[in-house]
Amino acid sequence: MIYREAGQFKTTYASDQAIFPILQDRVIVALAVAAAFVVPVALANEYWLQAVLIPFLIYALAALGLNLLTGYAGQLSLGTGGFMAVGAYAAFKITSAFPALNIVLVFLLSGVIAALVGVVFGLPSLRIKGFYLAVATLAAQFFLIWLFNKVAWFVNYAPSGTITAPPRTVFGVMVTGPDASAGARYVAALAFVAVFALVAKNLVRGRVGRSWMAIRDRDIAAEIIGVRPLRTKLLAFAISSFYCGIAGAELVFLYLGSAETLAFDINLSFLVLFMVIIGGLGSVLGSFLGAAFIVLVPIFLTNVPHTAGLALPVALQKQIELMVFGGLIVFFLIVEPHGLARLWQITKEKLRLWPFPH
Amino acid sequence: MRLRNVIVAALVLVLAAGPLATAAVAQGGSIFIPLLVYRTGPYAPSGIPNANGFQDYFNLLNERDGGINGVKIAVEECETQYDTKQGVECYERLKSKAVLINPYSTGITYQLIPKAPGDKVVVHSMGYGMTASADGRWFPWVFNFPMTYWSQASAFVRYVGAQEGGMEKLKGKKIVHIFHNSPYGKEANPTLETLAKQLGFELTLLAVDHPGQEQKATWLQVRKIEPHWIYLSGWGVMNGVAVKEAAGIGYKMDHMIGNWWSGSESDVIPAGDGAKGYKSMTFHAPGAGFKVHQDVIKHVYDKGKGATKKESLGEVYHNRGMINAMLNAEAIRTAMVKYNLKTAPTGEQVRWGFENLNLADAQLDKLGMKGVIRPLRVTCENHEGNGMAAVQQWDGKQWKIVSDWIEPMREVVRPKLEEAAVQEGGEKLKYVKRDCSKEK
Repeated sequence: MIYREAGQFKTTYASDQAIFPILQDRVIVALAVAAAFVVPVALANEYWLQAVLIPFLIYALAALGLNLLTGYAGQLSLGTGGFMAVGAYAAFKITSAFPALNIVLVFLLSGVIAALVGVVFGLPSLRIKGFYLAVATLAAQFFLIWLFNKVAWFVNYAPSGTITAPPRTVFGVMVTGPDASAGARYVAALAFVAVFALVAKNLVRGRVGRSWMAIRDRDIAAEIIGVRPLRTKLLAFAISSFYCGIAGAELVFLYLGSAETLAFDINLSFLVLFMVIIGGLGSVLGSFLGAAFIVLVPIFLTNVPHTAGLALPVALQKQIELMVFGGLIVFFLIVEPHGLARLWQITKEKLRLWPFPH
Repeated sequence: MRLRNVIVAALVLVLAAGPLATAAVAQGGSIFIPLLVYRTGPYAPSGIPNANGFQDYFNLLNERDGGINGVKIAVEECETQYDTKQGVECYERLKSKAVLINPYSTGITYQLIPKAPGDKVVVHSMGYGMTASADGRWFPWVFNFPMTYWSQASAFVRYVGAQEGGMEKLKGKKIVHIFHNSPYGKEANPTLETLAKQLGFELTLLAVDHPGQEQKATWLQVRKIEPHWIYLSGWGVMNGVAVKEAAGIGYKMDHMIGNWWSGSESDVIPAGDGAKGYKSMTFHAPGAGFKVHQDVIKHVYDKGKGATKKESLGEVYHNRGMINAMLNAEAIRTAMVKYNLKTAPTGEQVRWGFENLNLADAQLDKLGMKGVIRPLRVTCENHEGNGMAAVQQWDGKQWKIVSDWIEPMREVVRPKLEEAAVQEGGEKLKYVKRDCSKEK
């Protein structure tokens, strides 16, 4: 009843092509974003922010990046962890070389460096496709991690071989380093995600996104209608790696505080890929839903027996958690192979008909 | 379609309720000690005995003495799978109740070091973690007694020197360090490099990538180099593979020495008879022949409260867990005596207890730990304490101490450690150095 677009006439091209053509959507999204900035900072405790919301936002950004590449441009990549590591180590090197440089700029620059690396490793995509490309990007993953482990220059010759986020401020507020409050780090992560989600949404609706989808659906046909595969694929790799690079820098600077290469190992690449698949390939919203699923469900499963007063041994609990989590993934992929984003879409369709479904 | 609605509703509920469900169960009046354990995952064979050791010792204190100075201990385990991110999640969940934490992973320790001062939680990384944090002037909240990786490596060199018949005999000898390619594995490298320069032995560093199952190339190099001694800084499956490979190429096993994370039962049993003679460093005695073990059997196991089987008592990691628990408990006791407490101490008080821990032989004797570990004294400057290392050897059935207590080369290690502390604490974390003469 409330969710009805009747009476909303689109009289200009601009309004017809809006991201959220329905007024209710616009209001809800605007309120949600505003609430996201205000409510958690005011209400959530540090556990919520630090262990739940910040990793969720960072993984969402990484999933968004991979979704652009895999979901929209159809290039399967297992190098996400490696590209995130490039972003993290680049941010560390830049900010330790130029401490006065604003940390936001540092993040953006490290994203650019990750994008360049992504382009280099995207070159094989012109010749190899599908699973074979996945193997080629896997090489990127292993090579980059090996490189950061091997060359002490990347960690400023620290004997421990770890990188640590130094204290940096934005507008006078400490956002990185051990003294930065969880709230400040959360807002910083949220700001990045909000801006880049908007950019991504507009990218995929425009010429670039359409050419990506053309390549994804049938590259030969796309080539015939004038989409240049070289530029399109490399652009997809660049932009995807840019997102992943920023997410990687955030992972160290806003979430972990310090990290070694193990934080970016192959498991991270798989994790982000699972987020994209579960959330929905080729969907901006899906990246967020997938990240939420992968981050929140294990935490929920860990905490449920506790709250219920069940004193299970931790090992058993962990194993149950893994089984249930795995089971849930299989279950969701069976009932909705197109991911959680599709579930949301269906819900929306039904909401428009409610309460008179036909 | 019905099913779908249910799914959507359930999913929304799960996502929203997940973190809400973290309300901690407060235990009134007891000392809360969180345990980060890894009873599952690839490192579980090392993690399980360790966690059991902790449980058994704290249980013993509760059953035999009614806790520490009359205040009971409440422990809560949190499973990390030896994974850094899960460890951080555990810490965030438990820190509000905790006064101290044992991260039990060098990776997690690095995460917690910057957080600990703000949260007023003591980080005790016993024989692991960041070596530089032994400089208490820079790292007031971090402790790594009884010894650091660097002291350990210097003790190894001293032992090798003694075996060769004098430190000057090390000149021209070939020593290979095979290490896990992670911050943990690399820790010993700077010390070994310094000593190689000073004493004139030829050092070769061979990295093995995580997880360490693939070591064929490494051992091919070992064959080519034909080292006089091998030092192994491995972890988990890497150790077993290394011991097997060494036995496979017919290397003299008593010339291969692991660090103290490379010398447990699970590292040598898979290699069978080939492992006989393999040595490792340690800072405590193995075996169940001490009074504390009798106490544990009497007060814990005979009441059916044991964490494992009686036969597992005395395993290297079980003993290490017990010792870690004992050191935690004694530091808390020190704090409670100082502040004259009948209730659980605060984080700051516990920190004082750690910093002023003075564990004499008499107290160890009282605890039934005499002979298990050396007397220990921690100071404001020195968070590593005055621990000493020993060498233990696998005789095919059990680990046995085969050396005297070895004093690490503190005059070599300490200056390097202070240098690193300036870098790690001063430059990276922007800490301010404390003046220890002003501490009470």
